[in-house]
Amino acid sequence: MNASLLRILVCTLLPARFLLAEEPIPEKIEFNRDVRPFLSDTCFKCHGFDPKAREADRRMDTREAAMEDHDGVRAIVPGDLAKSDAWLRVSSTDKDEQMPPAKSGKKLTPRQIAIFKRWIEQGAEYQAHWSYAALERPSVPKSETPNPVDAFARARLATIGLTPSPEADRTTLLRRVSFDLTGLPPTPAEVDAFVNDKAADAYEKVVTRLLASPAYGERMAVSWLDLVRYADTIGFHSDNPRNVTPYRDYVIRAFNENKPFDKFTVEQLAGDLLPNSGTWEKVASAFNRLNLSTGEGGAQAKDYEQRTVADRVRAIGTVWLGQTTGCAQCHDHKFDPITTRDFYRLGAFFADIKENAIGVPEEGMLVAGPEQEAKIKEADAKLAATQARLDAATPEISAAQAAWEATLSAGVKDVAWTPLQPEKLTGEKGTQFLARPDGSIKVETAGNPPADTYRITVKTALRGINGFKLEALPSASLPASGPGRAGNGNFVLNEFIIERDGKPLKLAAASATFEQPLHPASTSIDGKLDVKTNGWAVMGNAGKEAAAYFELAAPIDGDDAKPLTFVLHQALGDNHTLGKFRISATVAPKPIRAPNVQAPPPVVAALAVEAAKRTDAQRAEIAKHFRSIAPQLAPVRAELAQAQAARTELEKGAARCIVSTSAPPRVVRVLPRGDWQNETGEIVEPGVPAFLPQPKVDGRKLTRLDLGQWLVAKENPLTARVFVNRLWKMYFGTGLSKVLDDVGSQGELPNNAALIDWLASEFVDSGWDMKHIVRTIVTSQTYRQTSRAAKELQQRDPDNRDLARQSRFRLEAEFVRDNALAISGLLVRKLGGLSVKPYQPPGYWENLNFPVREWENDKNENQWRRGLYTWWQRSYLQPSLLAFDAPSREECTAERVRSNIPQQALVLLNDPTYVEAARVFAQRILAESTGTPDQRIAWAWREATSRAPLPEEIATVREVLDKHLAQLAADSKPAEGLLKVGLAPVPAAPPAELAAWTNVARILLNLHETITRS
Amino acid sequence: MTSPAEFLHQQTRRTFLGQTTRGLGAVALASLFDPAHSRAAIAQEKWRGIISPPHIAPKAKRVIWLTMAGGPSHLETFDPKPKLAEMNGQPMPESITKGQQIAQLQGQALKCLGPQATFKKFGQNGTEISALFPEIGASLDDICLIRSMKTEAINHDPAHCFMNTGTTIAGRPSMGAWVNYGLGSEAEELPGFVVLTSAGKGGQMQPIAARQWSAGFLPSRFQGVNMRGKGDPVLYLSNPAGVSREQQQDVIGAVNKLNAQYDVRVDDPEIATRIAQYEMAFKMQASVPELMDAKGEPQSVLDLYGCKPGDGSFAANCLLARRLAERGVRFIQLYHRDWDHHGGVKEGVELKAAEVDRASAALIRDLKQRDMLKDTLVIYGGEFGRTPMSQGGNGRDHHIAGFTMWAAGGGIKGGVVHGATDEFGYHAVQDIVEVHDLHATLLHLLGIEHTKLNYRYQGRDFRLTDVRGHVVKAMLA
Repeated sequence: MNASLLRILVCTLLPARFLLAEEPIPEKIEFNRDVRPFLSDTCFKCHGFDPKAREADRRMDTREAAMEDHDGVRAIVPGDLAKSDAWLRVSSTDKDEQMPPAKSGKKLTPRQIAIFKRWIEQGAEYQAHWSYAALERPSVPKSETPNPVDAFARARLATIGLTPSPEADRTTLLRRVSFDLTGLPPTPAEVDAFVNDKAADAYEKVVTRLLASPAYGERMAVSWLDLVRYADTIGFHSDNPRNVTPYRDYVIRAFNENKPFDKFTVEQLAGDLLPNSGTWEKVASAFNRLNLSTGEGGAQAKDYEQRTVADRVRAIGTVWLGQTTGCAQCHDHKFDPITTRDFYRLGAFFADIKENAIGVPEEGMLVAGPEQEAKIKEADAKLAATQARLDAATPEISAAQAAWEATLSAGVKDVAWTPLQPEKLTGEKGTQFLARPDGSIKVETAGNPPADTYRITVKTALRGINGFKLEALPSASLPASGPGRAGNGNFVLNEFIIERDGKPLKLAAASATFEQPLHPASTSIDGKLDVKTNGWAVMGNAGKEAAAYFELAAPIDGDDAKPLTFVLHQALGDNHTLGKFRISATVAPKPIRAPNVQAPPPVVAALAVEAAKRTDAQRAEIAKHFRSIAPQLAPVRAELAQAQAARTELEKGAARCIVSTSAPPRVVRVLPRGDWQNETGEIVEPGVPAFLPQPKVDGRKLTRLDLGQWLVAKENPLTARVFVNRLWKMYFGTGLSKVLDDVGSQGELPNNAALIDWLASEFVDSGWDMKHIVRTIVTSQTYRQTSRAAKELQQRDPDNRDLARQSRFRLEAEFVRDNALAISGLLVRKLGGLSVKPYQPPGYWENLNFPVREWENDKNENQWRRGLYTWWQRSYLQPSLLAFDAPSREECTAERVRSNIPQQALVLLNDPTYVEAARVFAQRILAESTGTPDQRIAWAWREATSRAPLPEEIATVREVLDKHLAQLAADSKPAEGLLKVGLAPVPAAPPAELAAWTNVARILLNLHETITRS
Repeated sequence: MTSPAEFLHQQTRRTFLGQTTRGLGAVALASLFDPAHSRAAIAQEKWRGIISPPHIAPKAKRVIWLTMAGGPSHLETFDPKPKLAEMNGQPMPESITKGQQIAQLQGQALKCLGPQATFKKFGQNGTEISALFPEIGASLDDICLIRSMKTEAINHDPAHCFMNTGTTIAGRPSMGAWVNYGLGSEAEELPGFVVLTSAGKGGQMQPIAARQWSAGFLPSRFQGVNMRGKGDPVLYLSNPAGVSREQQQDVIGAVNKLNAQYDVRVDDPEIATRIAQYEMAFKMQASVPELMDAKGEPQSVLDLYGCKPGDGSFAANCLLARRLAERGVRFIQLYHRDWDHHGGVKEGVELKAAEVDRASAALIRDLKQRDMLKDTLVIYGGEFGRTPMSQGGNGRDHHIAGFTMWAAGGGIKGGVVHGATDEFGYHAVQDIVEVHDLHATLLHLLGIEHTKLNYRYQGRDFRLTDVRGHVVKAMLA
């Protein structure tokens, strides 16, 4: 880079404040404002709260400790520099004496040293850290404006000699407040109405309208869902889905109904523990289940139990306390007074939550809307009635059954079988098994390999064995109830080999009680291992038993010295492996064949018994089976199947939600250095950080309910401050204290702490009324200022921390999308429901596994829902949301980064979502606007940016329109390609014209102004 | 008061790729964009990194990290254990396994499984490695074998996370992001951190999450960009159907002109950046396909790697890695999946060796013949190793107490073996190299003192090596 360019760069980009002389040293030093920031940063790490990190046993974080006499040396003697060891060291030039020491890499600036000196001279008064001090309502400064927000903001401006900016023009103001409160742009009609409304309270009426819009809850939910790390998947490894969408809808509803924040808090932490808690209170408690989890085979429960504890403690820290509690997992916090013991005590609140430490979570509670619930009831009734018709014993059916039974040959008879007990069980892919005394063997591994080979070694004392039986058994915990592990309950047994002394025994025949067409049992002994599809399979028999019978060529005798190993090759892939099975042997004479009736083994067993000797259960078994095959009952069966399908479909439409359920608590210990294998630490009970006001509960163990109530207790100094500070960021681009998730000593001391305190007090005193605080902020003059700043103001306050104007910033990821859809007219304003899948490039999930998956774009109106309903896959977040800085939600996120990167250009230019929106917007332009091309451009411009374009702006757009019209008129083939992007129907307009206007619409949707709130 | 760190933070979020556009006048776009866009040119001025000048004279300019995902066995590859062969089938002494983390072998009898490959001497020092890797063997004099690696996480996902970010907590920056934050990139029209993935043929495919190349709390511009073998190599790279490059240029030209006009009225520095990003996006639409198209490579080079360009194989990705390195990309990370041999470790490693041996060695040779090996650091290895104990008779479970990785080029001493495991191949016992040590060494070679590459987040200074890490001096040339 050459020197002149460097100069331009520096002059253009360096904040002007950087170039100005340093601020003068204040006459009266204030500890929190002037001293604490550098003391915290340079001294507290070694002379602070954490005793293990403390050097020379010297503390500097409290006045008493700093004044302590250590062998005649005192760090600080108020008013006496010469006796203050800390001052002597700070001002020393001797490398051995100097503080901070060179090895720390920290250094005090001359200004900081001067402040430190004056502070000691003035008596070294400490102040409690601003956010830890009890919340007291500050008195409102005198002001001409009625809104206290303005009074505080202007008091600050007056002290630093700045004046507020004028109010923004009405179009800009409406656009700003619409995006801020609903995440959606105003319509041109709304702009007109507001511009022409001469009433004194025109703006207040707009705010009222926007706060009452259902879109308000959606907008607020976006930030809350970031905070609580809401996502549709578990996060680690397979990153499989889990059911939580009702929680998202609960959040939207809570904001829209303006649920008081204290109630909102308690319900999320302990909705399940509230007396007579209803569906939605339970759903709220899904908050506790939003942590990451894993289903990886070989994961250790204790490891993940510990991760979950830490995850939840970090969440409480970020969401309510604005504290980096995570720092205390391995050691006491270096900067804030949070101990490791505090960390695990906080974690112990959640020890009662019923869950598996590893594995995919349970399906969760069915959450149906009232309408859906009625429909499900109706479907259940229909199902029961149809089932009763099928089960009914009529003379005709009884006669038909008797006739059927008479046709069955003696082959129905089964022989006696002895279940074999496995000595050793292995799966090539590390699969783990559980063997039960009844001889059944069930896969127990969390992971699910596509293919596997099982080896089952047995010893038996039977002599003269002629055959073996392999029963494939159903189980409720298998997909489609098994017996296989494939999604449809199927498996493919490619080869069944019995080894003795490492050599295979010769098998003479294989047959089965159920065989899928083209997959007879005989293919499992034909030696063809190279054809993956060649093997015994049972599709069509999911959830039921099936058994394969193998006849030995020559009888064998059991021998403990020569165990038998059954090798089950299952090579199809796609998880077509057995989930539960049993192997038995028989000494019955040959032939060993499956009973020649295609019926489940229990039916076969029952049929084998002489009719008169059958038990009631056996008779019922046969009757039930006959009803499943009787030709004359086919219509009823069809009806039943239909009723069942309808019921399943309804359930598919209804959401499920994992929620908190209380169980006897797990033991929680302090883990030294966070090591989960170390079980020497103290066992702790639930408790809140010791440095904060304690809950007023005596004589019993604290619960999650207590934690929730404590977070929103009047005495808690943090929750309300943290909440209003986050709100501020939503409406001004930066928090009053900049670091939203850390209001501890490493955070930023707000330059207007009184304003935060007033807002926080007002919030608490109003009964935690969220809409009240939002309204108070957005109706202030401070909020309504223009964001355009004169050069001098830009230079004095480049980041707008003093609020002498508004800020401008890009819309958040979801709203970039919502905005384009709204402009195009595609946006579907349906509230809540299951997550949706907008267009995503194919193959984006290629590196996911267990199972291998492909995202399927929605093919209905769900394609045009708001961004917040997008399926949130933590390990591969939908990439156009990701490009605009939507977080993966693997961790709680109080603040999104706001980047400006080329991927954003690629998304707005080429993502089918935006191309389709442009195409449909073009349709609207042609259908709804009139006049010359310039007039149409002006109309479209206003749709996109809320304002009328300037003549030169129209000209720039017109140039492209004319050029593309001419090109496409000459050859309209490319136009057809462009118009095919997306699902939305294409009108019968001339393709060349529509395509050229589509490019016009693309220009408008790509404008910086279109995606910016200013 | 804006601190220097905050100032830099603001600047870093302005551009993503950090390419200079001083060439703006020279490229074909010159006529397209209004000359009044000088602010855009400045906004896009190259990100030169927070570390300037370097703390130490750098030996390496760039890194190519070959991740063998799934946890390759060290016992069938680079760490010969004759004693383990003798112990085949016998119980592993309890003194070795007591108190150790175990993954899938929890609660099972722990029996030794002898090496399932034969070993052969290679290189001037006659170092023994598996005969399945003759090509890597032939390059062994350029390689430093690290036989004493240790990691902390025993499951794939957290172990990758630890190897990439120095912690098992999700959400921290990965090393490629750190290095680009520290040094910037020399690439003109490409991201500074590129990720390529390939799948093996064995079907033991553990998933890989995008978090592994995340920028974490660093500005998004430092995140790894996954260039894909199928579809658009960079997501949303292609124009919409029916839109020609010229028309796309018209659209972008109009957008930028309108944005520039708007900027004159509202004076917002963010707009200049936006304009620069649209220019960059347009350039990437041409430069990325050019990069991915290896058809112009001579047959001799294709033969060296043993690949067909664009077949999505590990070998094709190795060739692509060299092309990325030539274009100045700072950190290139390959993932080759399918190393998770709980069963059939013999056949599994044979299959993998056939997929990676020739290509990995070809990368070293190709870099060397272009005189690029001297400043390109190549690192090879998985997220952990595998147990000397058998799983199911012919497989091995995850193992964290000792395993092998290797490094070459970029200031690494070749032809040496660093560290050793015990006679069972269980514990690293000599010159142990922790993951943080490897990171410290990598940063050192790039000219960065690892304790000084920090980023403040949530009130704390974070770094890749957390609170640990020592440069492994013995590995340095």
